[in-house]
Amino acid sequence: MSGFTFAEKALARAAGLSQARAGDVLDVRPDLIFSHDNSAAIRRIFEQLGAERVHDPKRMAITLDHAVPAPTTAHAQNHAEIRAFVQQQGIAHFYEVGRGICHQVISEEALILPGETIMGSDSHTTHFGWLGAFGMGVGRTEMAALWATGELWVRVPPTLRVRLSGTLRPGVMAKDVMLRILGDLSVSGGQYRAVEIIGPAVSQLSLDERPVIPNMMAEFGAMSAYMPPDQAVFDYLEARRARDYAPLYPDEDADYEQTYDLDVSNLQPLVALPHQPDQVVMLREALGTPIQQGFIGTCTGGRYEDLAAAARILRGKQVAVRLIVIPASREVLLRAAQTGVLADLIAAGASIATPGCGPCMGNHLGIPAPQEASIISGSRNFKGRMGTSDAPIYLSNAAVVAASALCGRISDPAEVI
Amino acid sequence: MAITTHRAWVYGDDVNTDVIFPGKYTYTLKDKTDIAAHALEDLDPSFASQVQPGDVIVAGRNWGMGSSREQAVTCLVYNGLRAIIAESFGGIYFRNCINQGLHPIVIPGAARLLHTGDVVLIDDEARQVIIAGQAFAMPPLPLSVQAILEAGGLVAMLKQRFQG
Repeated sequence: MSGFTFAEKALARAAGLSQARAGDVLDVRPDLIFSHDNSAAIRRIFEQLGAERVHDPKRMAITLDHAVPAPTTAHAQNHAEIRAFVQQQGIAHFYEVGRGICHQVISEEALILPGETIMGSDSHTTHFGWLGAFGMGVGRTEMAALWATGELWVRVPPTLRVRLSGTLRPGVMAKDVMLRILGDLSVSGGQYRAVEIIGPAVSQLSLDERPVIPNMMAEFGAMSAYMPPDQAVFDYLEARRARDYAPLYPDEDADYEQTYDLDVSNLQPLVALPHQPDQVVMLREALGTPIQQGFIGTCTGGRYEDLAAAARILRGKQVAVRLIVIPASREVLLRAAQTGVLADLIAAGASIATPGCGPCMGNHLGIPAPQEASIISGSRNFKGRMGTSDAPIYLSNAAVVAASALCGRISDPAEVI
Repeated sequence: MAITTHRAWVYGDDVNTDVIFPGKYTYTLKDKTDIAAHALEDLDPSFASQVQPGDVIVAGRNWGMGSSREQAVTCLVYNGLRAIIAESFGGIYFRNCINQGLHPIVIPGAARLLHTGDVVLIDDEARQVIIAGQAFAMPPLPLSVQAILEAGGLVAMLKQRFQG
C-alpha cells in the first residue's frame, strides 16, 4: 500500500480519522475558519439556518480588509453589521480596518500552524500552504454552515507535485516562478487538486516570498497548496504562536497524479497579459507597452520585500504615471516606515493607502478609467477585475511594476536602475 | 414529465467569476433582483435581459474559475437557471452550485455540439442529458453531496437540522 500525501494526512487529522484517501468524502473540522467584509452577508445566511449561536467563537477570525476604510455608506453599513455580530457572538479574533489583508494578518498572528486545517470564505485561502497548513477557500453559504456546525464536507483531492530546483537570479521573484507554472500548465492545471510545492529551491525562498506561490495556486484552480515547513517557518512562528503544533509531511511513497519539475535558475521576469493569469510572456516581449497606473499590493504582492524591491528602483527618482502602494498589513507598513522604504516610495511620488485589498477587486483606491492600462503585483487580471471592463491589466513582480511606473510603459528594472 | 426541454446559453473555456458577477458589486448589492440583473455582465451583456426561467448554460472547461464569490452562482439561480452543463468547473464554484441547489453537470465536449438558443433535454429519471440528439449520462455525485442538491441546497438541508 502506498504512503499518504499531505492532503490525505491533514484532512484525516481534521476529520478525526486515522487515515483517508483521495476521493473519500469527509466531515472536516477546521482548526480555524475566517471571513472578511463578506461576514455581513454570511450572517444573513447564518440567521436563515435557525442556529442562534456560532459553534465555536474561539476558532473564528474576521478581518475587515476588502474595502477599507469604507468607501461608501453601503460599505460602512456592511462593516457596522459585522462589528455588531462580532460583539454579539464573542468572536475571538477580530481585526479592524487598517490591520491588513486576512491571509497576511492570520499568518502574522499565527492563528494557524503547520499541520492544521483552515477554511476561509476567500479563494486565496490556499495561501496558508506556506506554513504547511491545509488551506481551502469556501463560499458564503459554506462559511455560514461552518459557523453553525464547525464542520464541512470535503472530498479529499488527488495531489499534483511542483518540484522546484536551482537558484533564482537577482531580479527574479517568486511571482515569476508562479507565472511560469501558470504559463506552462494553464489556469485549469490544478483543478480539483491539491498541490505540493517541494524541492530544494523552496527553502531558499524568503518568508516574504514563499506565500506568493501557494496564494496564487488559486489561479491554478487548486483546492489547496502546501510547502513543507522548515526551521525558518518554525522560527517565525515561535514568538507569535499561542499553542503547540505538529507539522505534517507527505510520505515518500505517496501517490501523485503528476510531478512538474522546474529549474528556477534560468527564469527571467515574466508578465501575464490581459485577461488571464496564464497568458504569460517574457518581460522583454511586453516591454514598451504604455501603462497609466501601477499598483503594488494585495495578498499576493504587498509584503515588505515587494515594497523594498520597488524602493530600490525608485529611490531618488520620480514616477511618470501614478503608482499606488498598499501594504498587505500594518506590520508591513510599519516595517517599511522604520527602514526608510516607505519614505523612498513617497518621495518618488507613490500614493500610499491603508493596508487592505485596495483596487484588486474593483472596490476603490485606484479604479482605472476605460482604456487605461494597469500593471500590478497582484494575482488576477480578469476582464473588469479592477472595476472597469475595458481597462487592461498586466501582472508582474513588484520590481517590474515600479520600473514601469517610472517610465509610463512596461519596463525592465535592470535597465532603469 | 420525465424529460424537460431547456434553452441553452453556450460559452467557452475558463470563464471566471469576475465576468460572471463583477467584484465591485459583491458588498453592496443584496436584493435578488439587483444581483440577477448583473449576471454575466462582462461576458455577455445580452444574458441578464434575455435569460428565461428554465434556461441552461452549456460551457467548456473550468467554468467559474477564480474567486469564491457565491453571487456568481446565485445571480444565475435568481434568474431561474435550471442547470449548468460544463466540461469542468472551478472547484469552489462547483461546491457553491451544490450548496445553492443548482445542478452542475459535467459533460466533456458539450459546448461544441450546440449554439446559444438550441435546445437541451434533461431526463432526470434516466439521469441523462440529450444534446444534439446524443445522450450523455449525468455523472453520479457522492451520496451525501447528492442529498444537499436534492434538499435544494445547504441552507435548506441545515434548516432541517436546526429547525426540525
